[in-house]
Amino acid sequence: MAANKAEEMATKQRDISVAEFFEKNRHLLGFDNKRKALLTAVKEAVDNALDACEEADIMPELLVEVIDMGNERFRIVAEDNGPGIVKAQIPKIFAKLLYGSKFHRLKQSRGQQGIGISASVMYGQLTTGRAARIISKIGPGKHAHYYELKIDTVKNKPIILKDEEREWEKDQGTRIEIDIEGGYIKGGQSIDQYLKQTAIINPHVTITYVNPKAEQIIFPRAVEEMPKQPAEIKPHPYGVELGILMKMMANTEYRTLQAFLVNEFSRVGGGTAKQICEHALIPPSTKPQKISREESEKLINAIKKTKIISPPTDCISPIGEEAFEKGLRKEVNAEFYCAVTRKPSVYRGNPFQVEVALAYGGEQSAQDSANLFRFANRVPLLYQQSACSVFRSVVQTKWRSYGLSQSSGALPIGPLTIAVHIASVWVPFTSESKEAIAHYPEIIAEIKLALQEAGRKLQKYTMKKRRVKDELKKRSYIEKYIPHVAIGLQEILGLKKFEVQDVEKQLKNLLEKQRGQLDDLEFDPSKNIDFDEEMAALGRDAKKEEEPIEENFDDEPEEDSEETEVKKKKGSTQTKLR
Amino acid sequence: MAKKAIDEIKKTAEDIYNKIKKKKQPTLSAPIRSLNNVNYNDKNGYFELNGKEKTRTLTASSVKTFAQTLRMMALSKELIKNEDIATKREAYYVSKNWGDARFSEQPDSDTVMDDIEAMLGVNREQIGFIADEHGGSVAGELIVIDKDATSGKPLKIDCTKFGSGSYSIPSDVEPLKFETKAKFILAIETNGMFERLNKHMYWKKAHCIIISMGGVPSRACRRFIRILSDAKKLPVYVFTDGDPYGYLNIYRTLKVGSGNAAHINEFFCVPRAKLLGITPQDIEQYKLPTHPLKEVDIKRLKDGLKNDPFIQHHKSWQKALKKMHGMKVRAEQQALAKHGLNFVVSNYLPEKIKNQKTWLE
Repeated sequence: MAANKAEEMATKQRDISVAEFFEKNRHLLGFDNKRKALLTAVKEAVDNALDACEEADIMPELLVEVIDMGNERFRIVAEDNGPGIVKAQIPKIFAKLLYGSKFHRLKQSRGQQGIGISASVMYGQLTTGRAARIISKIGPGKHAHYYELKIDTVKNKPIILKDEEREWEKDQGTRIEIDIEGGYIKGGQSIDQYLKQTAIINPHVTITYVNPKAEQIIFPRAVEEMPKQPAEIKPHPYGVELGILMKMMANTEYRTLQAFLVNEFSRVGGGTAKQICEHALIPPSTKPQKISREESEKLINAIKKTKIISPPTDCISPIGEEAFEKGLRKEVNAEFYCAVTRKPSVYRGNPFQVEVALAYGGEQSAQDSANLFRFANRVPLLYQQSACSVFRSVVQTKWRSYGLSQSSGALPIGPLTIAVHIASVWVPFTSESKEAIAHYPEIIAEIKLALQEAGRKLQKYTMKKRRVKDELKKRSYIEKYIPHVAIGLQEILGLKKFEVQDVEKQLKNLLEKQRGQLDDLEFDPSKNIDFDEEMAALGRDAKKEEEPIEENFDDEPEEDSEETEVKKKKGSTQTKLR
Repeated sequence: MAKKAIDEIKKTAEDIYNKIKKKKQPTLSAPIRSLNNVNYNDKNGYFELNGKEKTRTLTASSVKTFAQTLRMMALSKELIKNEDIATKREAYYVSKNWGDARFSEQPDSDTVMDDIEAMLGVNREQIGFIADEHGGSVAGELIVIDKDATSGKPLKIDCTKFGSGSYSIPSDVEPLKFETKAKFILAIETNGMFERLNKHMYWKKAHCIIISMGGVPSRACRRFIRILSDAKKLPVYVFTDGDPYGYLNIYRTLKVGSGNAAHINEFFCVPRAKLLGITPQDIEQYKLPTHPLKEVDIKRLKDGLKNDPFIQHHKSWQKALKKMHGMKVRAEQQALAKHGLNFVVSNYLPEKIKNQKTWLE
């Protein structure tokens, strides 16, 4: 009986394709509602375009268009001047989920997983039934390839509707058009806000943005230098988990455990490898493919017992204090700015680096909570602020010492904008949605140190400001009360008029001589020449009505999904997951 | 007296003026007025100043007080010259005419006034300022000799002839003279108790003068008791509630003066005063109804034991305060009514006066 039932059930049991799974669980990818879906689709396209340009060492110039087609449908156009994508890869990159180059390497990049852009294509197909249009060209004189693509959601395979060669006036680059159902909003979680913050955190990028009202906004680049190319590193033993270790051993080309350890990990030399093997009681000459699960577990424990130096940290590419501050100057017209870039540090074998920029005073409201901008690998994080370790670090920092008010467990109150950037070869997000950074103690400690360092700079300014304020008050006292000292003396002693005037004059000299020169700290709105009023206004209005977007789900697995843009430089080691 | 005050004011102003002319920063000095800066002088029987002074130099931060002090001194000079007076509240309102130098609250002008008083070493009345407070009520076997305001002739006021009312102590008591055959003065904390004793003409039975202080005695009241008791060599018995406020604020202030007005205690203390009751001992002995000590009471007790030079000098007081601290209760004068409304007149006071060993110094 039971056997029959089992057989009956067996007839219903079958593979679930990744694409099918995501089709039913679109919220995992950031498409949980219309407004968020539109933002997510734009975000995926932009992040991929920027990664591609930077990897090819090209100063990025992006065109982003969001066209309102009516009936809650939008066309998203994203065009870059990147290296283009070789013909054979185009369908897989845009129409196959979990296809990408970024998942299997450790390098600071926007994308990590290989889901994002194809998920956008799938979402468009699901909501409008229309195919994605892609055109890409890999250099002057080459043909551009044009594709119309859909995804076979059962097999997770591209369906090619059209494939032709076309002329394209651009020298190189990629352009994608997707039609999706969405909602366009203003405010803190809008496309406008996202692009603006992207421009702040990527001062080397030029973005031309046409919004659904057909208004064109240009974010011109603020610096003419490419950021330092982040280096790819091998995993550090401390960051490896059992499953990954086993997979690495199964796939390695090295014949001995010793060689595997030395060649596939960073900071493992012959001596260290030998020590690991000794701790695990496994001969160094064992073939990696022959190592059992139990032995793998021993290996993991052995790694923990072995002292291994921290991974190299020069693989991180920070924005830099100067550029970060400059970016903030464009957005906020304040009296005082400062930025701090910490030295790189390590969590669980992964190098990371924290940067903080502050803008204080000026046109910011003194009654509201401070404004917090979060960035990870140069990508703005707009959702799930309170679940993020950046938020926690800010809240745990004692801002009162720096001249602001703060109730416990809350953001400081005052005319302050706090921008925090975390760069890492692997940013630990709390979920695929990539909206909040996980609470690793090492990361929180570093963020707090950076905030404190910046806070101390701010404190110097706020203290000085307070001193000047007190001083001005005292000086006004001199003006106000000296005449009364003179009147009192006159009434008691019967002084003559010239004597009274003399008293006033002498007293004024006497008191002012003690006070010395005073710095002028009055806020001058025109002093900040970097400030871009139009840009600052973007995404500001209607902030309130926007907030209630549901946060329960996350979003976009963006980036890595397939790296859409080709990274042809390395011959694209695009691999397929599973 | 008036001449001396004017001279002091002029001298202070001249010092300042001369320093300004010499391009030096002018200063004002006054004794520090607080319990920390007083000693209990057992021989004379009052708090006297330790001699610590505060000197205020004219700077940007002190210029406001400086200006206000000088203007207040100018006002005082005018008052003395015209033989006029101003209450503390009136002085505060006069300042409203001083533009930026005006006071925003009366406590500010009171402080400046007290500073001037201390600076010049005179009492407030001598520089033309008087309190707005009620001076106290008097009844009993006493004739006060005052002056008729229009004719200037002596005016005899018989304090037995006010019926259910009483004689009210004026703010300036210095010119008063007295005739009396009373045996003692009874200074009473509350008006209620005073009324009861007056109604039943307790002063006639006991041959005494009764005075209501109405809480902490005003300067006029203290000075009145002082000059009356000095002139007629009368003992002064004090009758307060049995609580820390009655002991440490009312009785202590009457007897030895206060920290805040230490520069004038010499004139305003009544060293021969003694506390008749209600003592902590009385509370037990008469089984009086009590209330628990409040937090402020306990704080006041501890503060008195720790910081009050008068208490520190008297073991019997330390014992009494510690006893009250242990009992954790207080009793009001009116609590005697538990044994009948007139118990206080028929039993309590006669018994207490007979047995002075139950008193506190």
